[in-house]
Amino acid sequence: MDLNFTPAELAFRDEVRLFLRDQLPVDIAHRVKNGLALRAEDYTRWQKLLYQRGWGAPGWPEPFGGPGWGPVEMHIFDEEAAAAGAPRTIPFGLKMVAPVIMAFGSPAQQQRFLPGIISGEAWWCQGYSEPGAGSDLASLKTRAERQGDHYIVNGQKTWNTLGQYADWIFCLVRTDPNAPKQQQGISFLLIDMKTPGITVRPIITMDGAHEVNEVWFENVKVPVENRIGEENKGWTYAKFLLGHERTNIAGVGASKRELGRLKDIARKETKNGRPLLEDPLFAARVAQVEMELMALEITNLRALSAESEKRAPGPEASILKIKGTEIQQALSELMMYAVGPYALPFERHSVEEGDLASVAGPEYAAPLAATYCNVRKVTIYGGSNEIQRNIISQMILGL
Amino acid sequence: MDFNFSEEQQLLADTVQRFVRDNYSFEARRGILHGPGGWSRDLWKELANLGLTALNVPEEHGGLGNGPVETMLVMNALGEGLVVEPFLAAAVITPVFLTHIGDKSAAEQLLPNIASGERIVILAHQEPLTRGEINHVTTRAEKTSSGYVIDGLKNVIIGGGAADELLVSARTSGQPDGTDGISVFRIDPKAAGVTVKDYGTIDGLRAADIELKKVSVPAAALVGAEGKAFAAIEAAHDQALSALCAEAVGIMKAVNATTLDYTRNRKQFGQPIAKFQVLQHRMADMFLHGEQARSMSYLAAIKSLDADAGERRRALSAAKVIIGQAGRFIGQQAVQLHGGMGMTEELMVSHYFKRLTAIDLTLGDTDFHTQQFIASANAT
Repeated sequence: MDLNFTPAELAFRDEVRLFLRDQLPVDIAHRVKNGLALRAEDYTRWQKLLYQRGWGAPGWPEPFGGPGWGPVEMHIFDEEAAAAGAPRTIPFGLKMVAPVIMAFGSPAQQQRFLPGIISGEAWWCQGYSEPGAGSDLASLKTRAERQGDHYIVNGQKTWNTLGQYADWIFCLVRTDPNAPKQQQGISFLLIDMKTPGITVRPIITMDGAHEVNEVWFENVKVPVENRIGEENKGWTYAKFLLGHERTNIAGVGASKRELGRLKDIARKETKNGRPLLEDPLFAARVAQVEMELMALEITNLRALSAESEKRAPGPEASILKIKGTEIQQALSELMMYAVGPYALPFERHSVEEGDLASVAGPEYAAPLAATYCNVRKVTIYGGSNEIQRNIISQMILGL
Repeated sequence: MDFNFSEEQQLLADTVQRFVRDNYSFEARRGILHGPGGWSRDLWKELANLGLTALNVPEEHGGLGNGPVETMLVMNALGEGLVVEPFLAAAVITPVFLTHIGDKSAAEQLLPNIASGERIVILAHQEPLTRGEINHVTTRAEKTSSGYVIDGLKNVIIGGGAADELLVSARTSGQPDGTDGISVFRIDPKAAGVTVKDYGTIDGLRAADIELKKVSVPAAALVGAEGKAFAAIEAAHDQALSALCAEAVGIMKAVNATTLDYTRNRKQFGQPIAKFQVLQHRMADMFLHGEQARSMSYLAAIKSLDADAGERRRALSAAKVIIGQAGRFIGQQAVQLHGGMGMTEELMVSHYFKRLTAIDLTLGDTDFHTQQFIASANAT
């Protein structure tokens, strides 16, 4: 048993650090490190830089343009990128639809869609959840009826993340409403967001952000050639996709960065004339999260190590999701409490534009309450933490 | 990065697991607890025959010279079996102390017999005001013309009553909390002025309060240099923390398994209670705690030998906290999920619960190690 990286892995880490130091735009890192909103253009700019370096798609196989990294290299890259303040990867193209296209798409679909995803030219979004189909995704109702060489799509998707910027959406649609099981009548379609009949309506979340949308489909014509795999087999592809959603699910690197920010803030804030970080109660709360994060880091490395040995990332990923998101929430909560009443002043445009000087209180305080509100989502999305507990009890404990 | 164990390590784990299977059924354990002394010399010899008492003894003194990873694997298995023989005290703490104290003659005299299992030697260090602070020693050793006279009280010394010989820490100089000025002496438990009050503990182990009243020892009883024992005590303490964490991880694995099993078989409202989601989620959380605990036990074992004291403290204290919390959660929930049966002496679950409870109170509890963790972060 050895928890150290090999010399080759350490050399790789240096290479990543060097690249981040030279190439990560300072203004983007500033936004990430201070909890400010990122613009679509920030994500795209960073993706293009990664692509130029040959690192556009860390998880992809080499024939499709991946760098040929194993799980440990990917982990090192994620950790270093997070520490440096790189934007998180928008997963919908790179980590979700791309693996499905590689595994089940035709060669023509692969040639058509994958290059735009890796280069950052094409922005993808997800059409999974519906108003009546959340955790129970297979009960989805959006209908696709075959008419010649097209499907006509009607229905409504929701909790669509950043679809207002998207060029494409991948959708689960019902092609056979009479199938004996609801999982059986579903197909997987790729839809051009510019197609007539698609309407994107913003959902403003409690932090004032426009991150999610409703997407309405009214007689939207989708060529049959945009279907992945076979008709009515979409649920198989959807499950495959959910398995791939789990890389870097623990978010250890980002949480380490946020822990550092929390400590910085708690050193600047004072209580009874001493830095807040030296207050025994507050210090104990910070320590609790830090210790749990240490444990999560090892649990994550154990999962990666199993993955390196070709034991697939299994239901153990649910542990990483539960613990990782609980830690994210705890960190945001502690940061908000660290600043006390100055967590309250809130001007959405300041967080959007990075103009913090205009908000009352210290600049670092301005986004904290909004972030606290925003990250309530993390235990809800990607399979809520309750669904993750179902997965653990069914898949691991065999209940 | 590698989380695999070598073939030898795997073999060692298998050996101890077999020992537990063969010797530590529920009934056999009950017999041991109620037998003379509350533990089994015969099984101690069996552990010795398997080479386990030699594990932490250097090869030059007749041992195997293994380290914390091997000890972890052994403790995992002993934990699963709730083995009550004083392995941690006699086969981890003492040999590690003697390896680090730098006293050739004490090592030559004691370690071969420890390795062979013939003698049980116990380090009596803890005092009523220690509470995890291993630098706190108020037992005094006054120098005389021929040696030392020792006065003080050592409390809740696990395995103290089983000792053929004691290694007693006492202050030869310095303030009660000074790391400098702590010395260790070899003392015969039957010597004049030594009272060993042996008693059972809630978890089925045996411990002792050891009172020393004007105990005279010759100068040769001093182990290592006068006043310089702290580093060796700390090294033993660090290995003990790692080993104790591993024991807890073994128990958690067993208690989670027995809880799963029980809820699958226990029927209420016409179905196994394991079908109820509220219990499924509880057991998912128990499993999650168990995995986080295992991760920290790995970290503790690896870092327990780290040359950087800050890194060592940080990892060991974090491990003790995460494992203490996990043990409390898992133990309490296991009893809860067993319902009334969880309250009885008749199932293993209550015995697991009690040992997990005791582990958090041993070698510094969750609060103490949270403070240590904070202090180590501020120091770096």
